[in-house]
Amino acid sequence: MKKLLSGNEAIALGAYQAGLKVAAAYPGTPSTEILENLAAYKDLHAEWSTNEKVAMEVGMGASYAGVRALVSMKHVGLNVAADAFMAASMTGVVGGLVVVSADDPGMHSSQNEQDNRYFAKFAKVPLLEPSDSQEAYDFMALAFEMSEHFDTPVLLRMTTRLSHSKTVVQIHREDRQITGPGGFNRNPGKFIMLPVNARQRHPLVETRLAKLAVFAESLSINRIAEGTKQLGIITSGVSFQYAMETAPGASILKLGLTYPLPEKMVREFAAGVEKLVVVEELEPFLEEQILAMGINVKGKGLIPRVGELNQDIVRDAFESAGWIETIEKPVQDGLIDEVKTLPKRPPLLCPGCPHTGIFSVLHSLGLRRKTTIGAEAGLVITGDIGCYTLAAYPPLEAMDTCACMGAGIGQALGMEKAGINDRVVAIIGDSTFLHSGITGLINAVYNGSAMTLLILDNRTTAMTGHQQNPGTGFTAQGAPAPSVNFANLAKSCGASDVQEVDAFDIKALRSVLKSALDSRSLNVIVVRGSCVAITPGGGEALTIDTERCTQCGTCLSLGCTAIRKGSEGELTIDNQLCRGGACRLCQQLCSHQAIEQIIKKVV
Amino acid sequence: MVKMNVLIAGVGGQGVVLASDILADVALEAGLDVKKTDTLGMAQRGGSVVTQVRIGEQVASPLIGDNDVDLLLAFEKLESGRWADRLKKGATVVLNDYSVPPLSVSQGAEAYPGDSEISHLLKHRGADLITIHGSLHAAEMGNPKILNILMLGALSMLTPFNPELWIEAISKRLPPKIIEINLKAFQRGRKDLLSILAEMSAESGLEIDGHGDDCGCH
Repeated sequence: MKKLLSGNEAIALGAYQAGLKVAAAYPGTPSTEILENLAAYKDLHAEWSTNEKVAMEVGMGASYAGVRALVSMKHVGLNVAADAFMAASMTGVVGGLVVVSADDPGMHSSQNEQDNRYFAKFAKVPLLEPSDSQEAYDFMALAFEMSEHFDTPVLLRMTTRLSHSKTVVQIHREDRQITGPGGFNRNPGKFIMLPVNARQRHPLVETRLAKLAVFAESLSINRIAEGTKQLGIITSGVSFQYAMETAPGASILKLGLTYPLPEKMVREFAAGVEKLVVVEELEPFLEEQILAMGINVKGKGLIPRVGELNQDIVRDAFESAGWIETIEKPVQDGLIDEVKTLPKRPPLLCPGCPHTGIFSVLHSLGLRRKTTIGAEAGLVITGDIGCYTLAAYPPLEAMDTCACMGAGIGQALGMEKAGINDRVVAIIGDSTFLHSGITGLINAVYNGSAMTLLILDNRTTAMTGHQQNPGTGFTAQGAPAPSVNFANLAKSCGASDVQEVDAFDIKALRSVLKSALDSRSLNVIVVRGSCVAITPGGGEALTIDTERCTQCGTCLSLGCTAIRKGSEGELTIDNQLCRGGACRLCQQLCSHQAIEQIIKKVV
Repeated sequence: MVKMNVLIAGVGGQGVVLASDILADVALEAGLDVKKTDTLGMAQRGGSVVTQVRIGEQVASPLIGDNDVDLLLAFEKLESGRWADRLKKGATVVLNDYSVPPLSVSQGAEAYPGDSEISHLLKHRGADLITIHGSLHAAEMGNPKILNILMLGALSMLTPFNPELWIEAISKRLPPKIIEINLKAFQRGRKDLLSILAEMSAESGLEIDGHGDDCGCH
C-alpha cells in the first residue's frame, strides 16, 4: 500500500511496526508529531516526559528491561539529554534503543542550527540519516536491529524539511512485529557505571565502533548510483534530493549510515571519479572524515555552511565550479527587492491570548529603558522559550533575553548579582518551568535573589501545538493524570511570597505586579489563564463606539490583531477574530468606555 | 508527462495546509509521485503560511526551485505578492480577492498594498492572474471556512485530474457533517474559475477551452 506520510508520521509507523513498546519525548519543533502519532496507538506506552533528559532515561530503563524504546526530540533537546545519552552509549542496551534528533537547518523555529551528527561521533554510536519519508519508515526496523545486534543506542537524524515534508511511502506490512514482554536481568558490570565498571565498558565501545565500520561496508542503505565519471557526489539526508535535482547524471554515493563511514566504499568511489564533492547541510561532518582518510574532496568551500540548502544553492555551487552547464537565470528585474518591501506578517500572540495582559502591564509601567547604565533604575525582563517569547516584538517589547529552556531564571539571578540597580523579572511558561525552571527557582531562593518570577500558566504546551504536560491533568495518551499546582510547587522550592492572579484581569495584574516590584525579596506570581486555542467560545465580539472613541490608540498598545486602525484613524474590532467576553483586555484599558460587547437583540 | 509545481499561500487559519494535503492525495491517486512541504515557522495563528506541492513522474526535492512555480493558489492578496519572484515565466495565479491586514497595517504603521501593486508584482514576469471572489462566495454559502475547498475547486480546473478524484479526496479528508457543503464549495470554485476565464477570453480575444491545457503545467 502507498501512503503520503510526513517524515515524522513515517518514523512513528515504522517504529510501531517494529514492535516499539515505550516512547518518550518532550515537544519541540520539528520533532513533535513523532510522539503525537505514537500516542494514538494503545498497545504501547507513549509519554510526554518533563524534559528530554528524563525522556532519554525512560528510554534507557525500557531498553534495560528488554523492550524496544524510542526517544525523540528537537536538536537542542539532545543538549539537555546529553548526559543520559552519553551514559547510554557506555552501558549499551538490551531492547533496541533509538534516539531521534530532529535538527532545524535554517532555524525555522529554533535558537540555533547545531548539527547533531557530531553527537553520534561524540558518543560513539551509529548514525542513520534518512532522505525522505520512505527511508524514515524503512530505517526504523533497521535501527532497532542494529541497536540490539551491536549493543548500542542508535541516533537517527532528521531535519525540518524531512520531518515536515510528505512523500510517498510504500508500506510493507499491516501487522506489528511481535516482541516479548519485558524483564530485567541484573548485570552490574553493564548497568552500574561505577568507574571500575566503566573502565571495562570503554574498550567494548571502541570495539563496537570498529565492528560497525565493517558492517557499514556491506549495508544496502549505503549505495552507489553509477553515473558519469567526471563528477562524483557523496551525500546524505535531504541533501541527496538536492544533488539529484542538480546533477542527475553524476555518480552518487548515497549514505544512509553516516557514522561510522564505510571507508573502503568511500575510497573506491573516490578513485572512480575525476572530481569529488560532498553535498551536506550545515557542518562538514562527512567532508572532515573523508579528508581525514587522505582523500581530496571539495565541500564547504562551495556549499554554504549556514542555513538550509535547496537545489538552487547546490546548482549555483556546481555552476560556479564549472561542473554543470549554466542555466538561464531570470533577468535581474528588481522584483525580489520589490517583494521584500511588502509588509511582513510575523507570528503574533493570538487575539484573546492569556499572555497579552501581563506583558501589556509590564510594558506600560514606564520602567522599560534602553539602558540602565548611568540612568535611573528600570525594569529588566529575562525571558524564556514559548509563545510568550513573541512579546519581544513591538508593540509589547517586554522581553530582554531568550536563550534556551529555563535560562531566564538563572540569567535574572546573574544580573542581580552583577549589581545592576534595576528590578529584574524572570518570565517562564508552565511547561518550560517544569522542563527546567524548577532548579533555577530553587537556586534563586537558595542564593538570596530578590527577583520577581512570573510563571505564565496557560494550561498547555502551546507553541509546539498544544501538548499535554504535568500541569494539564492529562497524559500524552489522553488518560487523566494528577496536575501540578504551580503555587504550591513554588512554595516547596522555598519561595514564601507566592500569589496567583487572573491573566485577563488588568487591574489585578497591575496591582500584584506593582507590589511585587516594590518588594525587596523574591516573589513568585502565577498568572493563570487558558490558552485561547484550546478554550472554546468567548461569546459575542466587542465593538468600538465611534462616538465615545477619541482614537487615543491605547487599545492598539496590546498588539491585538483584532483591533484595527483605519485610514482616517478610526478604530474598529474585527468580530471574526475578537474573543469577546473571554478576554476584554481592550475594554479594561479604554478610559473612555468606548468598547462594549455586542449584545444580540432577542427577537 | 505531468510536471507541476503548485504553491499555496495564505494566512494561518485559512486552511492552506488541508488544501495542499488534498491536492497531494489527488496526485497520488492519479498514480503520480508527489512531495509536499509546509512552511509554518512559529506561526500558530495569523502568520504567513505557505505550502509547496510538487507533482510528477518522479520528484526529488520537496522544495520548488527558484522561478519554478507553475501555479500559485493564493488565499490572501498580500500573501500572493510575497511569492511573485518565485513564479515561472507564464505561470498562472489564482487569487482570492480578500485581504487580512498584518499587525503593522492594523496598527497604522504601514499601508496594505493596493490591488494594482499586487497585480503589478504578480504579472511582472508574464503570469496570468485570475482573481476570484472566493471569500465572498464562501460567506454567501454560509460558511467562510469552506474557502479552502472553493479555492481547490478553482485550482482543479487548471489540473489534469478527474473531478471524481477530487471529490473522493475531499470526502476522505473531512468530517462527514461538513462534506456536503464543501463539495458544493468545490463545484462553486470550478464554476467561478470558468466564468472568470470566459470573461477574460472575451476581453482579450484569447481562446480558452476551460480545461487548462494552456496552463503551462503539462
